[in-house]
Amino acid sequence: MDNKNITISATPHIRSGESIQSIMRDVIIALLPATVMGIVYFGIPALTLIAISIATAVISEALYQKATKQKVTITDLSAVVTGLLLAMNLPASAPWWVPVVGSAFAIVVAKQLFGGLGQNFVNPALAGRAFLMASYPSIMADFGATVPADAVSTATPLALLKAGNTADLPSLTDALIGNIGGTLGETCAIALILGGIYLIWKQVISWRMPVTYIAVVFVLSALIGRNGVRMPVYELLIGGLMLGAFFMATDYATSPLTPCGQFIYAAGCGILTVLIRTFGGYPEGVSYSILIMNLCVPLIERYTKPTIFGALPKEKKEAKKA
Amino acid sequence: MQTLTFKRGVHPPDGKALTKDVPIKVILPKENSELFFPMSQHIGAPAQPIVQVGDYVKVGQKIAEAGGFVSSPIFASVSGEVVAVNRPVLVPSGTMSPAIVIKNDGLMAESETMVARDYTQMTNEEILAAVKEGGVVGMGGAGFPTQVKLAPPPGTKIDYILVNAAECEPFLTCDYRLMLEETDKLVEGLKIVLKLHPEAKGVIGIEDNKPEAIEKLTKACEGIENITVQPLKAKFPQGSEKHLIKAITGREVLSGALPATAGCIVDNVDTIIGIYNAVALGRPVMRKVMTVTGGAPANPGNYQIRVGMTYADLLEQIGGFKVEPAKMIAGGPMMGIAMYTTEVATTKTSSAFLCFTPEEAKIPEESNCIRCGKCVEHCPMGLMPIVLNGFAIRGDGEGFVKNHGLDCIACGSCSYICPAKRQLAQSIKSTIAIERGKMAKK
Repeated sequence: MDNKNITISATPHIRSGESIQSIMRDVIIALLPATVMGIVYFGIPALTLIAISIATAVISEALYQKATKQKVTITDLSAVVTGLLLAMNLPASAPWWVPVVGSAFAIVVAKQLFGGLGQNFVNPALAGRAFLMASYPSIMADFGATVPADAVSTATPLALLKAGNTADLPSLTDALIGNIGGTLGETCAIALILGGIYLIWKQVISWRMPVTYIAVVFVLSALIGRNGVRMPVYELLIGGLMLGAFFMATDYATSPLTPCGQFIYAAGCGILTVLIRTFGGYPEGVSYSILIMNLCVPLIERYTKPTIFGALPKEKKEAKKA
Repeated sequence: MQTLTFKRGVHPPDGKALTKDVPIKVILPKENSELFFPMSQHIGAPAQPIVQVGDYVKVGQKIAEAGGFVSSPIFASVSGEVVAVNRPVLVPSGTMSPAIVIKNDGLMAESETMVARDYTQMTNEEILAAVKEGGVVGMGGAGFPTQVKLAPPPGTKIDYILVNAAECEPFLTCDYRLMLEETDKLVEGLKIVLKLHPEAKGVIGIEDNKPEAIEKLTKACEGIENITVQPLKAKFPQGSEKHLIKAITGREVLSGALPATAGCIVDNVDTIIGIYNAVALGRPVMRKVMTVTGGAPANPGNYQIRVGMTYADLLEQIGGFKVEPAKMIAGGPMMGIAMYTTEVATTKTSSAFLCFTPEEAKIPEESNCIRCGKCVEHCPMGLMPIVLNGFAIRGDGEGFVKNHGLDCIACGSCSYICPAKRQLAQSIKSTIAIERGKMAKK
């Protein structure tokens, strides 16, 4: 029997059901609890910023790809994730054009100019945030007008800790449920942890990076402390740590492929975060520490290649040394 | 007993439900049909024909002699007239091989050379000779001549005889059915191998998605001191020789080395049964159990066929297709070879014929690598498929070899797991072929 419609292809002949789109959809699902909590705490302005940010990210990706005559890939949902993550890094008081500038920068400059999906060397959302922080520092640090109505203080816990003002700090419970000042997506630690657990359960991310990152921050905060105050649990729940550890540091394109490298990279993020928080000029160090570690990824990968099955004894030794 | 496994690997949906409860059915070649016996059905030197056109041959008669130390003789699986001895025919691997062609007279007259023996009275040399003269090769797919495997170089201490009963390829159930239906032959066959290596332990490794087989064999092995049944976690590629050894014994066969260096001999279920048939019954390899499955065949099931009959003949006798197939695969979905015609002869290593409907055969579009690292996390050999894919695309053979590209076992786990649907295994396999070719030239 000869059949003209027969397919000839290389092995394997079956593929897993997972696709880029399904992964991105899972990330969006995982971000939903924190997004909803952000809207609950900060109201309609938060919702507007999120919508504008996502829309800008998707439109700028489509326009760039059209302009450069590439296939438009917005259905893979990666631009939606970038737009959403960027919005979560904004204070709710930011004017409407801030997410437009940030998202467009994230997509066009940080992602597309370097080759698009999977080719960017820094996390696009964090690059967008860093760009906004450098360009509009006062807008990006203005949390005063937008703390949740019944929050204890108008300053963020990070700023209070930086200033050594432990008396006005909100309670641990408030920090856990997000009744504190901060960007619109980072405050509710418990929602972010839930989302992170979902991603690990769905095997979208491995536990290695978030657990290492959080553990290192915990240990170092317990050892070093700020202004003589050691509050390691508190340090975990405030600022962008949970958002960063579960959703930013784990960005595929900008974190190491090798399991061993992931530990080193995440530990580096943790160390830098604590150093910036404790000794740096900024109250928060999550985004910059991740961006810096992003740049170290090629180097880390080079020295953390997995040992192959059946490696000769000599190679095993060398691999261990490296 | 504890379920063992190896590190990494993937969990494709097993698809075995289609045929796992269908008992083996014997399908004989049609009368007057031509059967093809390619001279290369094994690894090593091609066999040499010892019959001539016009000769009348009987079932079980040797028609081609082993062509070297690493080679295996070939036997007629039907009775009839030899109509050609060197006709080039297509073999499932996609290449041409000269073949002996026999026209089946339908009588199935048996050769007098096949006589049952009491293997317990045989010397090791006699057993090895019987294995060789039975044309037994690795029937899991590799086709390595079994007598060579059973007699490792002097000085090698064999501690384990492992029966590869993992059947980790999705959809395949032929080994499973054999375990259930020819349990005693399997156990006796293993006893024969253990007679050659009296100090070794016999372990039958079965994936835990076949509980009935584990139970039946455990019962059959009760009271036999040196044979145990070892449940293994259902995971691909559990049936890879090196990974089976790792899972059961904890030993790692070094890169480029053979299992014997780790004190192990690994044989597939059907190979062990082949050893029993050859040694105890005096019957050479003439039949294979094949799983015909997928969405396209009208009657998916397990069929005992005669080696040499064509896929087309088999299909015709089992009701053909219910849906026009869009892909036909000789072997399983992970490592089988896509074929463009059914006018291909079955060989000693044929184990499955998988036919996909257009829906099942769809090939997803390749997109950018998103560096998720899943290929690295799942590669059972500890390679970095994404990196090797890069070398392959750039044509950088040196970098490919340096990064252990040649250690790839072509299991396809990387392509299977890749969410960007990249053709990782394909690019790596072709680069291996190119690099091996370069090395052979040197």
